[in-house]
Order: sequence, then structure tokens, then C-alpha cells
Amino acid sequence: MISRRDFLQASVAASAIFGAGSLPRLARAQAMTQDSLTAFETMGNVTLAHITDIHAQLKPVYFREPSVNLGVGAQAGLPPHVTGADFLSLYGIEPGTPKAYALTSEGFAALASEYGRMGGLDRVATVLKAIRADRPDTILLDGGDTWQGSYTALKTNGQDVVDVMNALEPDAMTSHWEFTLGMDRVQEIVDNLPFAFLGANIFDAEWDEPAFEAVEYFDRGGVKVAVIGQAFPYLPIANPGWMFPNLSFGIREDRVQEVVDEARAEGAALVVLLSHNGFDVDRKMAGRVKGIDVILAGHTHDALPEPVIVGKTLVIASGSNGKFLSRLDLDVDESGVKGYRHKLIPIFADAIAPDPDVTALIGQVRAPYEAEMAEVLARTESLLYRRGNFNGTFDDLICQALLDEREAEIALSPGFRWGPSLPAGQDITREDLFNATSMSYPAAYRTMMTGAFLHEVLEDVADNLFNPDPYYQQGGDMVRVGGMGYRIDVSKPIGSRITDMTLLDTGEAIDPAREYAVAGWASVNEGTEGPAIWDVCEAYLKRTGTVDLAPNTSVQVTGA
Amino acid sequence: MQLTRRDLGAIAAGAAVMAALPRLALASESNGFEQAIMDFTGGVEPAEGDVTLGTPEIAENGNTVPIEVSAPGAAAIMVLSTGNPNPGIVTFEFSELSGERTGSTRIRLAKTQDLIAVAKMEDGSFTMAKRQVKVTIGGCGG
Repeated sequence: MISRRDFLQASVAASAIFGAGSLPRLARAQAMTQDSLTAFETMGNVTLAHITDIHAQLKPVYFREPSVNLGVGAQAGLPPHVTGADFLSLYGIEPGTPKAYALTSEGFAALASEYGRMGGLDRVATVLKAIRADRPDTILLDGGDTWQGSYTALKTNGQDVVDVMNALEPDAMTSHWEFTLGMDRVQEIVDNLPFAFLGANIFDAEWDEPAFEAVEYFDRGGVKVAVIGQAFPYLPIANPGWMFPNLSFGIREDRVQEVVDEARAEGAALVVLLSHNGFDVDRKMAGRVKGIDVILAGHTHDALPEPVIVGKTLVIASGSNGKFLSRLDLDVDESGVKGYRHKLIPIFADAIAPDPDVTALIGQVRAPYEAEMAEVLARTESLLYRRGNFNGTFDDLICQALLDEREAEIALSPGFRWGPSLPAGQDITREDLFNATSMSYPAAYRTMMTGAFLHEVLEDVADNLFNPDPYYQQGGDMVRVGGMGYRIDVSKPIGSRITDMTLLDTGEAIDPAREYAVAGWASVNEGTEGPAIWDVCEAYLKRTGTVDLAPNTSVQVTGA
Repeated sequence: MQLTRRDLGAIAAGAAVMAALPRLALASESNGFEQAIMDFTGGVEPAEGDVTLGTPEIAENGNTVPIEVSAPGAAAIMVLSTGNPNPGIVTFEFSELSGERTGSTRIRLAKTQDLIAVAKMEDGSFTMAKRQVKVTIGGCGG
């Protein structure tokens, strides 16, 4: 177990995001320039650049990091399960600074107007140019969840993101939501992809044989670098398996070890796992699979300013939605890694000049849809965001729309971690709504469920999040519930975490035997019927005109 | 209409969270796997040791779960379910001519449960391994 002290001592490399010091905030904002953001003293002979979980966000966005992200068991209190003021003090970050704004929810509402949007693949392109100026043969790696999450990605079946990402010239990627485009579409894109699409853990379900390439080799700085891909292990469980019926995934730790051993036998001096496991799974894997030098972590959307070190393995978390790009310089010779330097580069959209070619390309892929995306549906007086283990205001809004439009007693909205934020006092456009709902199985169902079954659903999802063994975690957040409150003890085993389920309308306890009208969306079952969730939400938004959400206190959490 | 779990698995309007058999590992009566172990070992309590039981952590489909067992030097390996109606799944028997003492198959699991592999070694000793396989409703990956 790594203590906090060890953790801080271990982060010896230069990981500062900004120049330190005690400048007043305004001076800091002014000091935040493209040069200071990309400043990096090049070292060693190999450079990796990592971006992940872009979720099709081509343009800069607001993205509030979670204020609640609990870890259980051995993970309790360890990054990334540290939020808010605790995160700031763990990493020695001053409140109110750009770094605090980028990495935590502390003061987000106020700081958003000061520091603005983050991300944008044209800004990412500029940062990559700066890195490639230092090291022309930088290896750019995309951790997946790239081709889904926006209006244009939905309308073009991911082609918009594919075109823009190709302009950034990645060297390899792995995957998760990509497969929700359906097997045929994935194969079509992969066949034309000018770089490797990797997944050591993707198997043909019938023959139990590898279905995609596991590893790609690069000769860099006089050494051989092996990049192994690891797709999201629980795709057929967390997403509709019927969309890719011939594939099997899984953690497949033995398979990862086998591929690492193979890479070493091929003479790789540096072994990198480009992973969509989720952070806790990666941390466990780093401690069990021998011979991985670097894990580039994705899936759980964590942004950490320093690597987490497990034995000799660096685990790097690079955030989501284009907000960050990680640069990792390594000094490697035949006998292994001698040293490294790391920086989580925050993509402040107002400070970093967009690359004009990529800006033009983004404009081009968006052009056919600009008018429909720009239509204003309503205005929000509340900050809308998604991240948090139990609720987010964007999901409060979606649940309210489901309750009202589908005339349900209880609403369920999946615990997705994608979807940018929207500051209070802004218009909600159709694009904003699709940023929180855009995917390929959007049907909003309405069905009857007994109280006992609802309890079973909540217990099952809670165990995917709070099982103390990371290998049993699926990496999403708790299913969001509207119209019903409950109490959860995250320290308990499955079956006994969820108690005191209450119908909020009447204050009555949920009756295990009674049936309740439940509306939800994103069923993984084939043939689910109902209007698309964005149509449900659009109708609700147009009818109400203004969103003003009361604080959500319907989930009481203990055991953390 | 009273919905059963079976109905919910089948109807079109299922929730986001109903991919597979929504059954949880709640305390239940034994299916007799303890006795099946004793019958196999002749009453000897096997220690956990040198047998490898490979399973997915979470089943993608409870109706067809791939498993693999191996134990160098085993004469036979028995695989047992602790949560199906009956404990017996498969027994692989090996001879001196067996190059590898490994077997694999696909099995059906009714719910989240431990699987047990018991190996009878050539010297007459017994060793076992236990591994949990979750059969989950399916959640919402980030």
C-alpha cells in the first residue's frame, strides 16, 4: 500500500503544470501562455504523448471534475479517489489557480468564467506540434472512447472524429465506445485507419482467438518500443453486446502477461500498455503483470498531475474530453528505463492558439450540422455537469424530463462519465443536449418494475462500482435515479449496500412487492422501444424554457 | 402484470441494466458441492494449491462461460459449481500419455457464484482452487 508520503516522494519527476509561486490569481491567468503551458525540458530518447476519452469533443468545452469519487478497499483514499480540497492539498495546488480549475470541482462555477473552456482538437494539435518540434518521432497514443459523444459523431457514424484525429497523426489507439457503432462500421473504419487499432483482450467469441492486433512496435531513440492495446474489458456487459456479437473481451490478465513476455522476447526495451481498463484495474494489473514500464490509463476519466507508481510501473491518467494531453519523456536503453519526465498539459482554449489547418477541418465536418446544432432549446440557471459517483445535475435534468414526459414514478439514467458541463446563465443548445446523450441505443423505455427488482438493479450497479476487487469493477458511476431516494453503504457487500429506498413524491418506503412505473434510457437489450432520449429531453426543455435545479439530496452515502 | 426476472430478460422495454440473468449471490442453501468434493477425494479435505482455474471475472453471457483448468501432475481434475442447481460440471481425466494436464470447456452458470476445481494428483494427493464468477445485470461503463 502506498502511503501519501511515499506517493509524494515518488513523484520525483518534473510534473508541475504551471510555474509555481504565489502570484495573485489575475497575474497567474495572464502568465498562462501557450509557451508556459507547453514548456518542457526534453530528456532521454523516447517521447510518448497520450490523449484519451475525447468522446468526440472536437471543440473546447467546460468540464467539471467530480466532487465525489469514492474508492473502496485497498483503493480508499488513493488517487484518483481524492477530490476537491483534498486533491488540492495532496498535490500542493493553490485554490483558485488555473491548475485547481482544471483538476478539481473546487470553485468551478466561479473559475469557469475566469479561465474559460478547455480542450479542442485544434489546440491539441498546436501542443503536439510543440512536442514534435522537441522530438519529431514522438509516439502519439489514443486511449479510445474517441468516436462517440457528439451530435456530429452520431450523424456521421464517427467519421468526423476519425478525420480530425487522423490529422493529428496518432500511432495507435485502443477502444471502448467505438464498438457501439456496430461491428461492421468499426471494421470499415479500422480497415482505412492509417495507424494501429490494438486490443490484446479482444477475442473472437466463437473460436476464442485474438480478433485484433495486440501490439505494435516502434523503433525510437535507438531502442524498440512495444505498445500493447487493452480495450475496455466489460464491453458486452456494460454496452449492447448484440452490436458486436462475435467478440469477447475480459481483463485476460494472463493474455496481457503473454503479450508482454512476447514483446520482451522480440527485444522491446520499453513496454507500454495503452489501456482502457479503468484506473483501479490498471493499478492492480501493474502490480500483477510483470514487465510493463508504462500504463497509459483511460476509461475512468481521471486526470492526475503526477504518475502513480506501482513497483517499477508508471501509471499515467490523462483526463477526458480533450482537456489534457500527457507528455512523457523517457530515458531508455537496452537494460530498461533509466529516468523519465512527465507533464499533464492542460489545454486552456483561450491561451493556446488553435492550429489553423485543424480548425478548418473541424469547421468542415461540422458545417452541414451547424444550424441544427445551434438551435436554443432552453436556458439554464444551474450549472449542468455529469461527473460524480451518485448524481450530476445534467442527469437530474434528464431524470426530470423522463419523469415528466414519460409520466413515470421513477426514472433511471445510466452512470456515464462522458458529457461536458454547462455553466449557469447560458443557453442550452441542441448540441449541448447531444453532448450529454449522443449514442447509438438512445431509446427511452417505460416499464413496470417491482420494488424488489429496483433494489436488485441498484445493488448490481453498486457492485460494479464499489466491489473492493478492481477486477470486478466496470468503471461507470452509479445509475442516476429520479423520483426515488435511497441510502448506500459503500463498504458493504453486494445485496446489503442499498437501504431505505423511498418514493420522493409521497415519502413512502418502496414496497418490494408493488410495481412502479419506471422510465429510463440506454438499455443494452436489443429491440428496446421508446423515443430517443434527446427527443424526450428536447420536448421537456422547450416546454419548461428554464432549467433551475434544486440541490439533489436523495442519495445518502455512508461507509466511505 | 407481474413481471418475473425471466420476463424482464425477454421483453423489449428492458432497462439499461438488464443484459443478463439478473441474479445475485445472496445466501442460499448449498447445492451439495461439499459432498461432491468428499466423494471425489474419498473424504480428504483438499488444500488450496497447485491447480489453475481460469475464468472470466464477470461472465459476458451466463449461458456460455469459458473455463480452463490445469494442474501439472494431475490424474484428474473435477470442476464444481457452488450455485447451479447441481454441483457437477465436468471431470477431466489424464493418463501418463497426456502431454498437458489441461482441459477447457464452456459452461452455464445460473447466478454469481464460486467455481471450484479439485485436482487428484498422480501421487494420490488432492489440491483445489476456487474462483468467483459474477453473472451480472450489466451496468453502464463510463
